[in-house]
Amino acid sequence: MVIKYFSWIKEHIGKSEEQLELPRHINNVNELINYLNEIDEKYNLIFEKKELIKVAVNKTYSSFDTSISNIDEIAFFPPVTGG
Amino acid sequence: MSKNPTMIKIKIQDEDFDISEETKILHQNNTGAIVNFVGVVRGHDEKNNQIINSMTLEHYPGMTEAEIEKIIVDSYKRWELTGVTVIHRVGELKPSDQIVFVGVSSKHRQNAFDGCNFIMDWLKTKAPFWKLEENNNKKNWVNFNQSDNQALKKWKK
Repeated sequence: MVIKYFSWIKEHIGKSEEQLELPRHINNVNELINYLNEIDEKYNLIFEKKELIKVAVNKTYSSFDTSISNIDEIAFFPPVTGG
Repeated sequence: MSKNPTMIKIKIQDEDFDISEETKILHQNNTGAIVNFVGVVRGHDEKNNQIINSMTLEHYPGMTEAEIEKIIVDSYKRWELTGVTVIHRVGELKPSDQIVFVGVSSKHRQNAFDGCNFIMDWLKTKAPFWKLEENNNKKNWVNFNQSDNQALKKWKK
């Protein structure tokens, strides 16, 4: 799976993208977040206030309980500020 | 849905755009009204009372175009439009640079006004762009403006 990060989230994690082999017991975005938090505590700061974070699965706005699999592209980003 | 919903142009680019060229393209489509919106980089941050030296725009390639297209398709469902063009710049911009163009053509002006307003309101809240402002060598990611969410209420009828 590919995970993408944008804006200040990208800066905090120190990369714009990472590849991850998703363990079988991870089935939705919330479980992915818990998994990332276990791997490295740098994720904790980002995900401690999930209401400030948007998630997209395969480039479509999604919720934290959206089902995911190893072929998906997940993106985490703050609310948008274009225009 | 308009009978001619094919005139959709979406561009995400570093380069500047030419308003008169874009207006000509919208003009070709048997139209009676064209409404253009142009967003410009402000040189002053009113909220924090600070000068802005530059602004860098980041986006999510692929998703940006898809979200803008959804908004445009939705606008075609609500109003009889003959053409829509959305151009959004990314990369580094300076105060007074053009940042976004939304051009909407229709046979009658009210549809063009409403369509343009609708597209811009939704673009502000859905299209994945992020602004990084720089002032006095300090860089700040711009916070989402809650008033942009308020602006959407008028379309939820």
